[in-house]
Amino acid sequence: MPAPEPRSALEVLREQISRLEGGAGRRRAVLPFGLEEIDSRLPGGGLTLGALHEVAGGGCDAQHAAAAGQFSAGIAARTRGRILWIVSRQDVFAPALMQVGLSGRRVIYVEAGSEVDVLACFEEGLRHGGLGAVVAEVARLSMTASRRLQLAAETSGALGIAIRRWRHPTGAADFGQPTASVTRWRVSVLPSVALPVPGVGRPRWRLELIRARAGDEAVFDVEACDGEGRLAQSARVANRLALPAILADGQGQEEAGRRRARA
Amino acid sequence: MLSVDLAARKAGLRPGTLVAKAQAFHPDLTIMEADPQGDREGLEKLALWLQRRIAPIVTADPPDGIVLDTSGADHLHGGEPAMLAAMVQRLRDTGITVKAVVADTLGAAHALARYGRARMLVVPPGGVGGAIADLPVAALRLPEGIVDGLHALGVSRIGPLAAMPRAPLALRFGPEVARRLDQAFGRVAEAIVPVRPVAPVEVSRNFAEPIGAAETIARMIGTLVPALCLLLEERGQGGRCFDLLLHRVDDRAEAIRVATAQPVRDARRLIRLLCEKIETIDPGFGIERMVLTASQAERVGARQALSLLGEAEEPDLSGLIDILSNRVGMRALYRVAPVESDIPERSFCRVPALAPDDARDWPDHWPRPTRLLPRPEPVQAMAELPDQPPVFFIWRGVRRKVKCADGPERVFGEWWKGDAELTTARDYFRVEDTSGERFWIYRAGDGEHGETGSQGWFLHGIFG
Repeated sequence: MPAPEPRSALEVLREQISRLEGGAGRRRAVLPFGLEEIDSRLPGGGLTLGALHEVAGGGCDAQHAAAAGQFSAGIAARTRGRILWIVSRQDVFAPALMQVGLSGRRVIYVEAGSEVDVLACFEEGLRHGGLGAVVAEVARLSMTASRRLQLAAETSGALGIAIRRWRHPTGAADFGQPTASVTRWRVSVLPSVALPVPGVGRPRWRLELIRARAGDEAVFDVEACDGEGRLAQSARVANRLALPAILADGQGQEEAGRRRARA
Repeated sequence: MLSVDLAARKAGLRPGTLVAKAQAFHPDLTIMEADPQGDREGLEKLALWLQRRIAPIVTADPPDGIVLDTSGADHLHGGEPAMLAAMVQRLRDTGITVKAVVADTLGAAHALARYGRARMLVVPPGGVGGAIADLPVAALRLPEGIVDGLHALGVSRIGPLAAMPRAPLALRFGPEVARRLDQAFGRVAEAIVPVRPVAPVEVSRNFAEPIGAAETIARMIGTLVPALCLLLEERGQGGRCFDLLLHRVDDRAEAIRVATAQPVRDARRLIRLLCEKIETIDPGFGIERMVLTASQAERVGARQALSLLGEAEEPDLSGLIDILSNRVGMRALYRVAPVESDIPERSFCRVPALAPDDARDWPDHWPRPTRLLPRPEPVQAMAELPDQPPVFFIWRGVRRKVKCADGPERVFGEWWKGDAELTTARDYFRVEDTSGERFWIYRAGDGEHGETGSQGWFLHGIFG
């Protein structure tokens, strides 16, 4: 009988850490984006379920959170079950969410009067565990509050998305403060792909993964969510039609583009 | 036709007319199906309402009457005429047409209310005989056969009937005529069976020593709730609304009210809902009595909790909904359902969070913005008329050059809503500025005709 291979020190340490984090013996379920480029940069190969994620808009969008909202809706659309969407002022236009695959039948809105109520409802929603995702629009998110939310999400396995949204663009400086969330994203709008005819092409976003627990930061340029909430790889050549890279350039080109994106 | 309203009566229709005949006279007649069961229930409800306000002994007298025994109660309302006037006024305010009569006997009041001329009448004590003498014999609550028989004998009024010798009448029609006559004239007592109000589901507890600490109150809630749930279970009901009254030693009461989305008799859930509100009450010098009432209860059947066959059920969200709605309020918790309208701000409505799903959805022809501004904001824009998108626009002090645009998508006013919208139109454009931000802007008007709108530009939404 051959002797068992000695394990590397790195593996032993990883195991110890995962045991400390309480995830011993079971891998956390993840929600992949379906884009190799993004999934490969996230630990576990996707957004961790049972965790808190933060999304904010870049530039003007810090105030309106339109792209950030659409991005979050796209993620929520790919989960199962109902969605709780908590706001302090309501300006979500439900037909738009339907266009990324999040039907109005699935979303329950909560209009909380104050930031405190938003956080309390957020925590209740995460603790319940019967929801597909819980989305909340918050401005301030302290370390303590985010840790409570993260713990609530961990115990129930619910996906929590905090859309950080400030009344004034200057408030966005707050996004630098540390929180207990697992990933932190910034979504900024990019000019859409030019069409050969007059009109607006498929919207494009710049996704900045500012922070990922046990992962690196990264920047992706992608095409906005489609009817099922999926992002698509951005066509890199600006004067081309907004076709998927595989159709526009062929298999080899797609690989090359991916390498370039990773570089 | 069983019954007609005042307008129909003025048009010459009477109960008993055939519907087809009535429709031939008045083609625009509104006809509703008779609902005897519903009428009876409504009458019972009205009787309960009168019982709480006028007199303790009340009974419904289907199909169209209510009997009140006001002996000893009229002076509380300022005498019989005043009581009658107040009662009729209250009922008339709620849209009920009534005829009300106070008389010595039930039989006489019954007859006068249905066959008398006056809408409101107080018969003085002892005046019954004179008051009903002129009424037709049908007013005596006699079966139809007897009434027809009396008519055949040439007796049509109560007065002559009462004067006739009893023996031949009893021989011919049985004891019924004599009994009804005696009841009407007060020679025989007639009892009525009063309605009983449904007792509220309620549990209470008195304390030898007043309590004040939040933990103690929570513990007492923990003992009251299971008792209440047991009562609810015995009746096969679940509560939609619960009131907890806390009577303080200084004779004031604090109250906690919780409401639930679906009927509940789950003790753990209720305890949690009630305990969350403990901090809102002020125990003062202490609480000596706690009363927990299910102020709104509904039937709820037993449900199978777990099935091994079949697919996994949708998780039950009603618990979460209750917790949230008790925190932010019932109205702040909703889903959004489509409404058939092309005007964006009218294309959705709020429905309760647990309302049953319907299959409708919004049309998916055009991209819609993620954020819809609460009201469209005017922008300054420069555009070629009639149907070109703007070249640039200024919104909130920032000038944005439009790089590309989609549109126009023309939305017409809903002329059926009012004259103001008869000619209006909006032209929506999706525009993208040079930095890539996408907006939904519209021109009020079609760019050609002045009556379609002000031709000013507005920003209505922001795309992601």
